[in-house]
Amino acid sequence: METYDLTAMELRAVNEALQTKGDGSNQSYEVINPRGSHAIAVGLNAPIEVTVKGSTGYYCAGMNQQATVNVTGSAGPGVAENMMSGKVVINGDASQYAGATAHGGLLVIKGNASSRCGISMKGVDIVVHGNIGHMSAFMAQSGNLVVLGNAGDALGDSLYEAHIFVRGEVKSLGADCIQKEMRPEHVETLKELLKQAEADAEPNEFRRYGSARQLYNFDIDNAGDY
Amino acid sequence: MDKTPGTHPVKPWTFDDYTNSYIRRAAATGIYDIRGGGAKRRVPHFDDLLFLGASMSRYPLEGYREKCETKVALGTRFAKNPIMLDIPITIAGMSFGALSGQAKEALGRGANAAGTSTTTGDGGMTVEERSHSNKLVYQYLPSRYGMNPDDLRKADAIEIVVGQGAKPGGGGMLLGQKISDRVAEMRTLPKGIDQRSACRHPDWTGPDDLEIKILELREITGWRVPIYVKIGGARPYFDTTLAIKAGADVVVLDGMQGGTAATQDVFIEHVGQPTLACIRPAVQALQDLDVHREVQLVLSGGIRTGADVAKALALGADAVSIGTAALIALGDNDPALEEEYQKLGTTAGAYDDWHEGLDPAGITTQDPQLAARLDPLAAGRRLANYLKVMTLEAQTIARACGKNHVLNLEPEDLCALTIEASAMAGVPLAGTNWIPGQTPGAGNND
Repeated sequence: METYDLTAMELRAVNEALQTKGDGSNQSYEVINPRGSHAIAVGLNAPIEVTVKGSTGYYCAGMNQQATVNVTGSAGPGVAENMMSGKVVINGDASQYAGATAHGGLLVIKGNASSRCGISMKGVDIVVHGNIGHMSAFMAQSGNLVVLGNAGDALGDSLYEAHIFVRGEVKSLGADCIQKEMRPEHVETLKELLKQAEADAEPNEFRRYGSARQLYNFDIDNAGDY
Repeated sequence: MDKTPGTHPVKPWTFDDYTNSYIRRAAATGIYDIRGGGAKRRVPHFDDLLFLGASMSRYPLEGYREKCETKVALGTRFAKNPIMLDIPITIAGMSFGALSGQAKEALGRGANAAGTSTTTGDGGMTVEERSHSNKLVYQYLPSRYGMNPDDLRKADAIEIVVGQGAKPGGGGMLLGQKISDRVAEMRTLPKGIDQRSACRHPDWTGPDDLEIKILELREITGWRVPIYVKIGGARPYFDTTLAIKAGADVVVLDGMQGGTAATQDVFIEHVGQPTLACIRPAVQALQDLDVHREVQLVLSGGIRTGADVAKALALGADAVSIGTAALIALGDNDPALEEEYQKLGTTAGAYDDWHEGLDPAGITTQDPQLAARLDPLAAGRRLANYLKVMTLEAQTIARACGKNHVLNLEPEDLCALTIEASAMAGVPLAGTNWIPGQTPGAGNND
């Protein structure tokens, strides 16, 4: 395993080294002493495994493709933002905007996630073992947000076609977000995601939320909902 | 019969015919008016400035003989590969979705022929526009519709859109009738729904965050391409200062005459400052931070002629950007289509319901039959011609002012026709040495 020490190397050098790993390298790399640095392991595009030993600043694993990135500590704002594929695991907590606008892949947060988790998500799957903050899944378009703990205010506000599963309490739902029936296909999806995220929970403990689709086309009579 | 003379009926200035029609429309529909384009109201503009030309104390350059350079480099501050343009006029961001594929192709062809860049818009980069644009700026917008790292790496520059002149502080809306299968797929949303584009970026707030976002984009693209920051004409001094502080290579400043695909008319006409009022505060910010010309300024919003280009450069811009004017060059609002505009309840020159997708010119539509009306080759040729004319005009003026590069034009070459334009542009009122509001050490109106 190659190790990159952020006290000895510039961020650019570390990212360049990780970004130039080609298809088929299938190797494991370690980044040590992250000290909350921003933009660690961004723009990766190969099936490599990167372990960041410690906590990171903004945008760790941003726009990830194919790679698996493990952060042993906590992650700052925008972790795995706009991820396309691959897997990102945060062993601690995640700050705001975790998984924002992400198109694909799996983001696992083993602690809690702050506000706006999954904002404008476009196909990613996010599993949070703990709680999530307010305005999570705001304008979420596609994908699945699974929360084993509780959700804060205005969950799923202005939601499009993303699915939200919550095991704990939901403080309040946002505009156009409603509780929906958990059908067999949702149970199957949830079961698989819980397995991939190594989460100790059963699908039947969750409630599903989705869009009421009442705000999809502007109607003056709905103006009060915006 | 009593023929007592009467006065003519008088319509109130406050409640003129347009205002009354606005009230009746609002009362009938219960919804505000949405339209495309920029501010239509008369505001102080480049027409209110004149060049002084050369005479006894300034030596002109010979037209058609002595060289007057027009090349411009954008992104020289941090990027390994700045964008090199043959002319100081670029094509502003306009999305596939708002525009037809044919229109996007025509913009690319025209820009290529003139040696300049085009810009994507909300919804991402299409294969066609990448292949038809030699220099393509990729907009990074709050909605992130269609945003992906593969396209990001294909871009020649990245433009982080914070705001636009037509609606500083506002997001966008692409109404359901323009959401074709392809547009819906690119934006990961169902077909036929109104697609809202967020007004704020989802993963950063404020200039401190923006600095980190720019770092991330540079790390993903290997510090190769320039990062632009586009701002609407809200608070140009502070916004430019903060964009520079955040690490922008280029600041794109869009005044209120700058167009949009669709937003509320009340937003377009009542929020933001005129382009002329924005430029000097922005240049002041660049000068105060000692980065004028190191961080380039691209000005947009109502640029129409080579004279406008020359005036913008003289006031301190490094280049300009055109959107509405480019669409007109392609064929938008052509009087030859008057009969069809009449059927839509409008007239050539006034058509602005771009969001409805019924454009008879085939430009602001996703209807395949309407879009097929636009020949991308012929329309691209028209755009190239127009860009060349504007460039020749700017060169003509620069030579008359004794400048061997259009970027050597300066405020000293200008005077203003009105007190308002004088105060905004920071150049003397014609026939005087008076600049209203200017005192030593205070020259901006942010």
